[in-house]
Amino acid sequence: MRSFMKLTRIEGRLLLRDPTTLFIGLLLPAALLVGLGAVPVLREVSDEFGGVRFIDYYAPSLLVMVVSVIGLTSMPSIVATYRERGILRRMRITPMHPAALLAAQLTVSLIASLVSALLIIATGRLVYDVPLPEHPLGFTAAFLLGMAAVYSLGLLVAAVAPNGRAATGMAMVLFMVVMFFGGVYLPRFMLPDAIAEIGDYVPPSVQTLLDSWNGTAPSALPLVIMGATTLVFGVLAARVFKWE
Amino acid sequence: MAVIEVEDLVKQYKGHRAVNGVSFAVEEGEIFGILGPNGAGKTTTVECVEGLRAPDSGRVSVMGLDPRRDGGEVKQLLGAQLQESSLPDKIRVREALDLYGSFYRSPVDPDRLIELLGLGAKRNVAYSKLSGGQQQRLSIALALIGGPRVAVLDELTTGLDPQARRDTWELIEEVRDSGVTIILVTHFMDEAERLCDRLAVIDTGRVVALDTPAGLIARAGEEQRVRFRPSAPLDETLLTSLPEVLRVERSGPQLLVTGRGNLLHAVTSVLARHQIIAAELRVDQTSLDDAFVALTGKTLKN
Repeated sequence: MRSFMKLTRIEGRLLLRDPTTLFIGLLLPAALLVGLGAVPVLREVSDEFGGVRFIDYYAPSLLVMVVSVIGLTSMPSIVATYRERGILRRMRITPMHPAALLAAQLTVSLIASLVSALLIIATGRLVYDVPLPEHPLGFTAAFLLGMAAVYSLGLLVAAVAPNGRAATGMAMVLFMVVMFFGGVYLPRFMLPDAIAEIGDYVPPSVQTLLDSWNGTAPSALPLVIMGATTLVFGVLAARVFKWE
Repeated sequence: MAVIEVEDLVKQYKGHRAVNGVSFAVEEGEIFGILGPNGAGKTTTVECVEGLRAPDSGRVSVMGLDPRRDGGEVKQLLGAQLQESSLPDKIRVREALDLYGSFYRSPVDPDRLIELLGLGAKRNVAYSKLSGGQQQRLSIALALIGGPRVAVLDELTTGLDPQARRDTWELIEEVRDSGVTIILVTHFMDEAERLCDRLAVIDTGRVVALDTPAGLIARAGEEQRVRFRPSAPLDETLLTSLPEVLRVERSGPQLLVTGRGNLLHAVTSVLARHQIIAAELRVDQTSLDDAFVALTGKTLKN
């Protein structure tokens, strides 16, 4: 346990020493919210957004951005690089199993996503009066399950990619899909209905985030699908994972 | 007492026998060399000792324990430096030692190790900012942080400059003097000759010889060669009639005399008697290189 804490602390420090991930994963989403909110028309209530303002409507999509940047671009390439460079192999000859390093890396990614999400929620609340998530329990469940589903995809990439560069390439495809269906590139009201509906079931299921943020309990089916995705891809990743 | 015993080790990859019946025993406190050309099966052999690979057949024991069955315990006793393994770019020297130390039951003091390895000025420097030699020394430090009884060092000085190599050799001798038994995997003759108490020469998955460096050289023959340029014309029969001399060859102005026993003394006495001076005199003795060629029919060129 002492070693695991130490591993997690060091993985955390390594993340903080990487300015790119720090900026894109932790600061950019909150900064985007501030930037968009600076445009007056995006702060006006409109029927197009279901009777709320654009920034209220877009905030959940920024959460999608957070979990996909950290879970699909940063984490898989770090883990694949650890394998490529023999860092996992190096750990196999110590009394500590390299799975501990994986767990530490996941823990750090999880903490980074939570911090970044809190930053968005706090920024929205303080700067533009975006309400705090109005169905806290449902929101927490939706966020955690959605994040877990995205991470399991990232882990599968990390499990099969032979090196860091391949991991980045493979994860990039998933990243684009997740960002597109999550309404990050185009706000979802601009997408055809069919595509927006598919987006409900693409991790991390942006609709459940939006609903719970606005005070409605998230629908059960997308949450179940997020849980199932985590389970299926998580188990698959664990089965095909190579330590060297 | 044998610290490590390997008996009839066989390891096969896709129909190819990388290790084909290797046996040896390493005694406590010695530096035991495993010498052989690339692809001879050296690394696979030590990976079985480290517990990274399961042998197809044969027996491996580290201080009486099986590296596969008693893996946890063996990993406490054995430290290793692997080929092609590194650390995250941004981890710092002191952090890495502190982290790896936490994996072991009774780690040694990281600061002492940092001093011993001459990394004192680099303790807060990131791994990627270290020179090749410094990275190598950190890798040795990581192999020793758990206070091992046995250290396995694989291709220790590959990629180091000559000064860094000599420094590393001295370090290894210090480590041995502190009571750690060392297995050194190498394809460098000078390294093996300088450091190893005993050597197993491995070729195509088999041990072709196991002896001290001096013993291996002796096996390759006791021949000596004396080369010189006589200051005046010399009747070769004066030399060939000596009992120590086997043959005399001429190459340009030089004579190459091959023989055994006290060859140099016999040759110079004859020359002195005829008032001939031996200019550019050189004596060649059989080296470990010659021994290796004699044993395997191959040279160890990189």
